[in-house]
Amino acid sequence: MIRGRRFVFSLVLIAGGVCLLALGAAQGQAAEVMQKAVRVCLECIGIG
Amino acid sequence: MGRPRPRSFRRRLVQAAVSIGTNAYLPGFAKGTVYGGGLKAACAPGLNCYACPGAVLSCPIGALQTQAASAAPHIPYYLIGFFLVAGGVLGRFVCGFLCPFGLVQELLHKIPFARKLGTFRGDRPLRALKYVILALFVVLLPLCVDNAAGGGQPWFCEWICPAGTLEGGVPLTLGVPALRRAIGFLFAWKMGILVALALLSAVLYRPFCRYLCPLGAIYALFNRVALLRYRVDEAACTGCGSCAEGCPMALDPRREPNHPECVRCGRCTGLCPTGALSLQGAKPFGPGSTRPPS
Repeated sequence: MIRGRRFVFSLVLIAGGVCLLALGAAQGQAAEVMQKAVRVCLECIGIG
Repeated sequence: MGRPRPRSFRRRLVQAAVSIGTNAYLPGFAKGTVYGGGLKAACAPGLNCYACPGAVLSCPIGALQTQAASAAPHIPYYLIGFFLVAGGVLGRFVCGFLCPFGLVQELLHKIPFARKLGTFRGDRPLRALKYVILALFVVLLPLCVDNAAGGGQPWFCEWICPAGTLEGGVPLTLGVPALRRAIGFLFAWKMGILVALALLSAVLYRPFCRYLCPLGAIYALFNRVALLRYRVDEAACTGCGSCAEGCPMALDPRREPNHPECVRCGRCTGLCPTGALSLQGAKPFGPGSTRPPS
């Protein structure tokens, strides 16, 4: 029973995650992530 | 027919394939640039610096800091959703199978050393440090401390992340003279962290994952509820303790198979003489369940 409940909880978490992913992408947050990632991040490499 | 490959070998193959696959933009290494294609809108599940010349995906921790450091901060639905999906399905299997920096530490741990440390006094409390780093360096400091431009700084990337130094800093400064000329205190500081962790990895299993990794701290929160987790068949377990003796993270898988600190290396499942410890997939009512399948 506990295992079944945990399974349902996991599924709810994942479904919620998919919804938030879609919501964030619709708000342009995936594009924001990309904008930062396509340039050399000087802080990341220790140049500052 | 040859002997079947051991689980550890198959895991190593997955780790190698993921590390190479997520850093497959070879022209970046040759030209000293980074990949600029659309795939970078997606995050890699493991810690993989997006300033690595070969990186084809984004780093989720780098992305989280960028959103927190934005001049107009907002709730990062996209990244929260990403963590819920990756953590909800895999938990820290990401650490054990999909993290390039985890693989680096494991390979360094193979260097022969007179005495390997399993655990030591202070090991357990120190493991809480990664949660402090997550809260402070990844969220609060980027969110609250503004720079001259009105936004924040990616504090974790800037001051701590050894993956960024190894995957981005070293190849880019080697390949781009202008960057090499700009090297200063910060680069030396980060190289110091990288070298210290590399040396420590030879003695201690995955020190960065144990004490410092904010991504591991996020996935640790999911270990008990992820779809993929371990289970102990109480009827088959003889209590021999082989799993606890062999655990490189100094845990007791028999007592708590889904401990937040478990990076899912799978050594315990291979050591169990009766097969009592195993991977429970997405089957809700598998063997050992108290509820029979309908």
